[in-house]
Amino acid sequence: MSGFFVNAALIFTLMLIAIMALRRHSLFAMVMLSGAFSLVAAAQFVVLDAVDVAFTEAAVGAGISTVLALATLALVPKEEKPHDIALLPAFLAVITGLLLSVAVADLPGFGDADAPIHNHVAPEFIKGSETDIGVPNVVTSVLASYRGFDTLGEVVVVFTAAIAVLLIIGGYTGPQRRQDEDATEEDNHA
Amino acid sequence: MRDDVVIRVVAKVMIPAIMLFALYVQFHGDYGPGGGFQAGVIFAAAFVLNAIIFGLNRGRHVWPAHYNLIGFCLGVLLYGGTGVANMLLGGNFLDYDTLSADPVAGQHLGILLIEFGVGLTVAAVMVSLFFTFAGRASHLRLLSKTQAHERFLAAEKEADK
Repeated sequence: MSGFFVNAALIFTLMLIAIMALRRHSLFAMVMLSGAFSLVAAAQFVVLDAVDVAFTEAAVGAGISTVLALATLALVPKEEKPHDIALLPAFLAVITGLLLSVAVADLPGFGDADAPIHNHVAPEFIKGSETDIGVPNVVTSVLASYRGFDTLGEVVVVFTAAIAVLLIIGGYTGPQRRQDEDATEEDNHA
Repeated sequence: MRDDVVIRVVAKVMIPAIMLFALYVQFHGDYGPGGGFQAGVIFAAAFVLNAIIFGLNRGRHVWPAHYNLIGFCLGVLLYGGTGVANMLLGGNFLDYDTLSADPVAGQHLGILLIEFGVGLTVAAVMVSLFFTFAGRASHLRLLSKTQAHERFLAAEKEADK
C-alpha cells in the first residue's frame, strides 16, 4: 500500500514538473526543471527496482545533460520565442497519449512471472550469469557479455556523436594550433 | 564563481572524491549497480566542475583539447580490440571465454576491459562536449568584443579626420 503512495507521489511530481516547464518562457527555468524531472524519474526507476537505469538517469539526465544545456544557453537568447499553440502536433500528442494509455491495459502486471519477457531468454541469462560469467550483477553480464555487440554499437554511437560535434563547432586543429589560439586569447584579454 | 571562497574550497574537496567514486562505479560494476557509462559520466563531471568553478582556461590546462580525441579513440579501440583478440585466440568476436584458460576468469577479464573502454570513451566525450559548448560561448563573446573594439577604433579614426 505504501508503494502505491510512493508511486503516485512520484508520478504526480513528474506531471507537475512537466506542466511547470510548459508554462515557463525562461529557458534557464526550463533547463533546471528538466534536470529536476530527470532526478524524480531516477527515483521512480529505483522504486521499479531498476537501479542501474536510475543511476544512469541521475548521472546523465539530471547531471551532465543539464550542465551541457546550461553551457548551450550562453549561446542562445534567454527567453523562448512567443508562438501560438501548434494545433496539429498537440492533437497528435494527445491521440498518441490516449492510444498508449489504452495499450497499457494490455501489458502484463509489474513483476508478473508469467510475462513473455521473463520467459524468453531471461531465465538462461540469470542462470548463466552466475555459472558461465561469475558476475553477480546480471545487468552487467547482459550488457557487457550477452549483449556485447549492442554495447559496442552504443559506444560507437557516442563516439560518432562527439566526432560530429567537434567537426561542426569544435574547431579542432590539433595541439599545435591550440597554443597559438590560447596566446591570442590572452593577448585579447590584456 | 572563481571569487567565492566557499565554493572553491568545497569543490577542491569534492573533486577527488568524485573521481574516486567514478573509479569505484567503474570497477565495482560487476558486483553492484553501475558500469562504464555511469562511471565515465561521473569522471567527466569532476572535470566539468573544475572548469565551472576555476574557469575554462584552467579546466583546459588539466584536460588539454588533444586528450579528447585520444581518449575516445582509445576507448572504442580497446572495446573492438578485445573482440579482435578473442578472434585471434580462436573464439568468436567478443567471446571472452578465450581470454583465459578458465572461461569464467576470461569473462571477468573481458568485461573489465570493455567496461574500461566504455568508461574512457564516455568520459572523454562528455568533457569534450562541455568544453566545446562552453568554449564556443566565450569565443563568440570575445569575437563580438573584438568587433566592437574595431568599430570603436574605426569611428575614432573617422572622427579624427
